[in-house]
Amino acid sequence: MTQAFRIENGGLINRDKKLSFKFNGKNYFGYEGDTLASALLANGVHLVGRSFKYHRPRGFFGAGVDEPYAVVQLYRNGETEPNIKATEQELFEGLEAKSVNCWPSVNFDIGAINNFLRIFLPAGFYYKTFMWPKSFWYRIYEPFIRKAAGLGVASTKHDKERYEHKYEHCDLLIAGSGPSGLAGAYAAAKNGAKVILAEDKPRFGGSLLTSDVNIGNQSGKDWAEGIIAELKTMPNVVVKNRSQIFGYYDHNMLVMSEKVSDHLPSTKKYHPNKRLWYIRAKEVLISSGSIERPIVFGNNDTPGVMLSSAAKEYLKVYGVVVGRKPLVFTNNDSGYETAIEFKKHGVDPVVLDSRINPDSEIIDEAKNLEINIKNSYVVVAAQGYKKVKSADIASISEDKKQLGKIENIQCDCICVSGFWTPTIHLASQSGNKTKFKEEIDAFVPGQSKQNEITLGAANGEFSLEETLKTSFTAGSELSKKITENDNKIAIPNVVEKKSSQHDKFWCVPLPKGKSYKRFLDFQNDVAVSDVEIALREGYRSIEHVKRYTTLGMATDQGKTSNLNGLQLVSEIENKVVPSVGHTTFRPPYTPVSIGAIVGREVGKHSKPTRKSPMHSWHEKNNAVFVDAGVWLRPRYYRRGNENLFEGSKREAKNVRTNVGVCDVTTLGKIDIKGPDAAELLNRVYTNAWLKLPVGKARYGVMLREDGIVMDDGTTTRISENHYHMTTTTAQAANVLSHLEYYLQLVWPELNVNVVSTTEQWAGAAIAGPKSRDLLQKLFPNSNVSNEGLPFMGYMEGDLFGVKARIYRISFSGELAYEVNVESDYGNFMWEKIIEVGEEFNIQPYGTEALSTLRIEMGHVAGSELDGRTIPYDNALEGLVSKKKDFIGKRSLQRSAFIEENRQRIVGVVPLDKQTSIPEGSHLVKDDKAPLPNPKLGHISASCWSVEYDNPFSLAILKDGKNMIGQKLFAMSPLKNKVIPVEIVSSHYVDPKGERVRS
Amino acid sequence: MLYINCPHCGMRSQNEFSYGGDASVKRPELNTEISDKEWDDFVYNRKSLRGKHLELWQHISGCRQWIKVERDTATHEIFRTFKADEEVA
Repeated sequence: MTQAFRIENGGLINRDKKLSFKFNGKNYFGYEGDTLASALLANGVHLVGRSFKYHRPRGFFGAGVDEPYAVVQLYRNGETEPNIKATEQELFEGLEAKSVNCWPSVNFDIGAINNFLRIFLPAGFYYKTFMWPKSFWYRIYEPFIRKAAGLGVASTKHDKERYEHKYEHCDLLIAGSGPSGLAGAYAAAKNGAKVILAEDKPRFGGSLLTSDVNIGNQSGKDWAEGIIAELKTMPNVVVKNRSQIFGYYDHNMLVMSEKVSDHLPSTKKYHPNKRLWYIRAKEVLISSGSIERPIVFGNNDTPGVMLSSAAKEYLKVYGVVVGRKPLVFTNNDSGYETAIEFKKHGVDPVVLDSRINPDSEIIDEAKNLEINIKNSYVVVAAQGYKKVKSADIASISEDKKQLGKIENIQCDCICVSGFWTPTIHLASQSGNKTKFKEEIDAFVPGQSKQNEITLGAANGEFSLEETLKTSFTAGSELSKKITENDNKIAIPNVVEKKSSQHDKFWCVPLPKGKSYKRFLDFQNDVAVSDVEIALREGYRSIEHVKRYTTLGMATDQGKTSNLNGLQLVSEIENKVVPSVGHTTFRPPYTPVSIGAIVGREVGKHSKPTRKSPMHSWHEKNNAVFVDAGVWLRPRYYRRGNENLFEGSKREAKNVRTNVGVCDVTTLGKIDIKGPDAAELLNRVYTNAWLKLPVGKARYGVMLREDGIVMDDGTTTRISENHYHMTTTTAQAANVLSHLEYYLQLVWPELNVNVVSTTEQWAGAAIAGPKSRDLLQKLFPNSNVSNEGLPFMGYMEGDLFGVKARIYRISFSGELAYEVNVESDYGNFMWEKIIEVGEEFNIQPYGTEALSTLRIEMGHVAGSELDGRTIPYDNALEGLVSKKKDFIGKRSLQRSAFIEENRQRIVGVVPLDKQTSIPEGSHLVKDDKAPLPNPKLGHISASCWSVEYDNPFSLAILKDGKNMIGQKLFAMSPLKNKVIPVEIVSSHYVDPKGERVRS
Repeated sequence: MLYINCPHCGMRSQNEFSYGGDASVKRPELNTEISDKEWDDFVYNRKSLRGKHLELWQHISGCRQWIKVERDTATHEIFRTFKADEEVA
């Protein structure tokens, strides 16, 4: 089988390896080294999609990252990925792709009716039309727009691919491996600098792959290959292809996306799909080259109209002729280079040059090859619907305003060249204020902002000789600063053809009586007329014009359309382009997979998972785990077919009647040492700490400076100058930072050290009426009687040979103790407690039972200490010292905090004693009141009281102090529940706190 | 991402630090009479400067020291960094 548009020889593809692929369900073949675009073109396929708004047929316009049309849905290894540019996707065996934006098929697209309705779809159409009636938006307009708009469809499956992040430092980072990048990299590498050279395409060399030049007596392509081969052998150099530097951030941090596997049928084992590099570079050389821009003419979006540089690349790299009867339309010498390549491969092009009588070495060569050249000629409009069939052409007057008689000539493609636009995105992202360069009608980087330099075509320098000279020099100079080596490199001699000045001409006027669409932005269907409307309607700033018309948006970000858009605005506004300015270039330069940005931080890897030393015991004993911050904690231990409700009830009940044990390792622990430790605690906590004796614990509350409760916990005086502080699981890290802040910045005179010991201690809470009996058996040599170890007492003990700390503290409200041992003995301790506790009917209990126990006791936790409450709100005002000063005390005098009817914690019981109240429910006086029903408070925590066997909740309620006995309604629109409730004391069980002291 | 010179550890990326706000704010002395206005200024009122700003950062994933950073809030340029107890001249 032969391919109609593949030339016999030539190109850089591997003709020994055929690859089969499928496009829109049809089988084709290409060669290794093809892109999907080049392989389709070789097979004569030009129709690849439909445009965004009018659903006009679309083909290929470019050959790389600038491609606005050929966006496809890709299928690979059972996965699908939307919005892949066919011009960038390398071909692999078994590749499958489909067109987007068309239904039912690319050949017959119902949406194309928009093309005939297009006079009704001008710029701002959606903004104007879909505004009213307002109620139509959700029901009719939005669903319609969603169906009609958008490109590909994202997969809804879990992504099986792996993405990695990598951090790297280097002396010199080089973006682009064209002549400038190669020269800079080589010179810097020879000076011993650590160099990273990044190329977004699979092949290194940039323009040298397609240009007809000579460097050091070899072709440009061979010279590039030699340099790359040598760079690859150097240990101080990293060369990366398929790697796009897409963002330039602060302090010379650049981010690069490396496509590791996209060119393969499936990702190799242990390989990522993509790798995101965060590179901190001392110096950056931006050698990102330039992108050809089109000339605007009628129907310039017809398949078969493409950039002349793309046509040349398809020919020289892929051995594909994009047409057998090409028409080249140019305003500069680049079009001739393409024409010459066609001619050399036996295809006869016609060149239309808008210039009157241009003259250069390149044009001379074209003339010598007897190429048909028409000066002062332009393409007025392309003809043909799904493919260019002919072109209407005409001569044009010197002032470019008058067209001559329109002629029609046959052609099957139109290769257009409107000169070159430097790729200044990275320089601009770095903060570089760009400037307009008259000679090339384009913006180039101005004064460097960070440590960046832009050279070669990206800097508007299109002479190879000049580019190599400046780039070799820059590579030497930049690296010399860093490595202090100065190895002189001879700059090779260059043979290139001189070109002539381009024509400042970018848009063909409409002939009288014609209304051809002349597109500026091909991806978004923005035509000249749309920008004209925007300006007529008063949009002046280029940023506003962009947003109103969508010029320069979407996946190609206007790489081919921006400058022509600016030209148009400047012409209508009668301003020069530099005063119109350009829209802001923001990262990413080209779309980056969300997967690559997220990297490995997915699922279980999105945050660290901390497990207590007893975790495997919990696992073996049917614990059902719950995330508690970064920790995994047993929620309950399932027995038989128990559910959460039944299991937690059983566990809580057992604590109230026998004894339970709970893993409290996750509590934050901070070791505090130093002669001023007590003074620090006295300033941090609201209550008094100076007189706490050794061997005693105390409960404390700490505030933020704004008076809001930050955290609570117990702190124990272990010895004269040594304290052990506990924090809630969630606030552990914040409390440590808080203490460090005051010690380092506010009161550096305090002689205290703080350090986190959360992971050094394993903790078990033993709670229940039988806990003392159990403790005595665990520590037979210690006096743990009520006198020997009273409530809030502390002692050290010997747990079967392991040193343990015993605190008599209680969160459950029962007689309870907390035993700590060094983490490595955690499991030993736990197993001993379970073993010895058997005779007391011990059961382990999880966080759900723990919550139940604390809620019915009215003990506050994170759901009450929610960053909005002060001590009074939590009935903790008794712990606020009136005598001494402490962090946040002054704020407690704020008028809102001392209001008579200030919110306060209360207990809530449903009147029917049956219906559980959803957490977050609002408390209201009248359940029938019109919305918004005034909210009096909210349910902060709910449980099933095991003491009274009915639901019980805590709430923060306005004027809670005077509300006891009132009947209100708990409303949860989320759960669609309205529950009549009675307000009771928050201390539902053992209000006097007798059990903990028993 | 900023590149911050920790006076204790050297050049480190921003993701090792956490931000701590305006470093010029001074906490009123304990046990002194403080007017509502003074207290409000200390707790809430900040300037939100454009330009040179002396601010606090904590090297939270490093040495855990609080440091002072002189940074331009518009350009992100960092001029100098100081230890917590260093006087900023």
